[in-house]
Amino acid sequence: MTATTTAPVAAPSAQAPRTPSPRLRAWATRAPLLPALVFMIVVTQLPFVATVVISFFDWNALYPKARRFTGFDNYHQVLTDADLRHSVWTTVLLTATVVLVSLVLGLALALLLDRRFRGRGVVRTLLIAPFLVVPVAAALLWKHVLYNPEYGLLNGLLHYVGGPQPDWISDTPLLAVEASLVWQWTPFMMLILLAGLQSRDQQQIEAARVDGASDWQIFRHLTLPHLRRYLELGALLGSVYIVQNFDAVFTITSGGLGTANLPYTVYQSFYQAHENGLASAAGVLVVIGSIVIATFALRVVSSLFREEVSRP
Amino acid sequence: MNAVRRGGLGLLAWVSGIVFFLPVAWMALTSFHSEQDAATNPPSFTAPLTLDGYREFFGTGGGASPWPALVNSAVASVASTLFVLLLALPAAYALSIRPVRKWTDVLFFFLSTKMLPVVAGLLPIYLFAKNAGMLDNIWLLVILYTSMNLPIAVWMMQSFLAEVPVAIIEAARVDGARLPTILARVVAPVALPGIAATALICFIFSWNELLFARVLTGVVAETAPVFLTGFITSQGLFLAKVCAASLVVSLPVLAAGFAAQDKLVQGLSLGAVK
Repeated sequence: MTATTTAPVAAPSAQAPRTPSPRLRAWATRAPLLPALVFMIVVTQLPFVATVVISFFDWNALYPKARRFTGFDNYHQVLTDADLRHSVWTTVLLTATVVLVSLVLGLALALLLDRRFRGRGVVRTLLIAPFLVVPVAAALLWKHVLYNPEYGLLNGLLHYVGGPQPDWISDTPLLAVEASLVWQWTPFMMLILLAGLQSRDQQQIEAARVDGASDWQIFRHLTLPHLRRYLELGALLGSVYIVQNFDAVFTITSGGLGTANLPYTVYQSFYQAHENGLASAAGVLVVIGSIVIATFALRVVSSLFREEVSRP
Repeated sequence: MNAVRRGGLGLLAWVSGIVFFLPVAWMALTSFHSEQDAATNPPSFTAPLTLDGYREFFGTGGGASPWPALVNSAVASVASTLFVLLLALPAAYALSIRPVRKWTDVLFFFLSTKMLPVVAGLLPIYLFAKNAGMLDNIWLLVILYTSMNLPIAVWMMQSFLAEVPVAIIEAARVDGARLPTILARVVAPVALPGIAATALICFIFSWNELLFARVLTGVVAETAPVFLTGFITSQGLFLAKVCAASLVVSLPVLAAGFAAQDKLVQGLSLGAVK
């Protein structure tokens, strides 16, 4: 840091005699960045490399002596084992459903909240609440307080209208997990899309209205194209978080009844079954899945970002 | 006609808001009911209020006290947030005010680490902690939470610091101000609200985290979310207590989130949405 204080930003030629060498200056500029970079590489990249290495070993933590190199056996097992393959499918289904449903609901709510009405600030605050409940607490709330077949709020309300009283978690386990996640993530989507709506060019919309465009035409041809990037951003950030979801699956069903997703399976195979090699292979597969999403995500964020940099 | 429609849409917004808030409100109401009143079907909206659920939760009615877990969560969240700021501020400075070459690439490297799922490195970290005797140690969580939030913090602060007009910095420099003065007098006033928002978001994410804490802590370093997992199998026997516990643990996040709604959006979308 001390070095940066002496290095001028852009050395004017008049100062040439006192200017440090370009190499020194380059390092002085980089120096503040290095602690963060080194820290990130050590704490996130090294463990991942270790995971990749472990994934090629047959290694049960209870029998450490029997550890041996098995090549792609673990991957073969993850992809052919019916249970594990099911958890891959569950992860895809869970992520896609939650992201799409919360995005559509979030869009509807953002459109409602974009208009002026009495108590808009209060409604906005009410809507954000689900996102601010600690995820484990939210999962507990759904599991015990809402879904409980005997005294849960859902069946309690159904009692008043004389409807059926299902055992939500046993009857529709994956749907139960998805509903709780949709409830938590819809506010997030709403917040991003609302920010998108409020950054629209109002003059353009006024002009279109003067030209006789209907609400639907304005939505279809002005609002939706403008929102595209925000929809993509919400979908991708949501995917990155939900593909990793552990709290809801762990709390509501403990991975039972066919709701185990990959993060839960990884947790279970090394924390309970002590299968280090298998867990690592599953972990690497989660990463490959995430990379597919992430490359797309980075492209979208990068386009948003470039737009901002080029802004005058 | 138009007014009727407008009023209808406002009403629809209100109904949606109430529907989404209902579980939270119901959790709060149940937490103030006695266990008998909490476990009735149909639900009782008018049962007398009591603090029994909270008394049970805080351990005066038997059971483990949540205080150590709450303190651990506070330590892990606050300490990791401070570390994040310490590492992210210089990095964001190098990426925005005096950009290094290829700075966008560096920025994207930070973001890409956020896309790496937690489970991708969990096992080696567990094995390392076990061999180093660092299992059930709160400082291990502090290090991991720092790495979890650092990318977000660098991104957010980069975008906040970039809002400081370069012309003002140049003018201060011409007037003979040195870096510490420039940082304190020019950069800080513009960037401070953003830095506060960044700290808030790091705090929330650390406070909420479960997987690392569940795997790497036990009795001593247990955090509040891990404490909550103790209620997973209590089949509705302690409904009021579960609600009181969930609400108490969520309270810091609810308070912080309500207080900084707009900054929350900006932070969660990594500064891409203004």
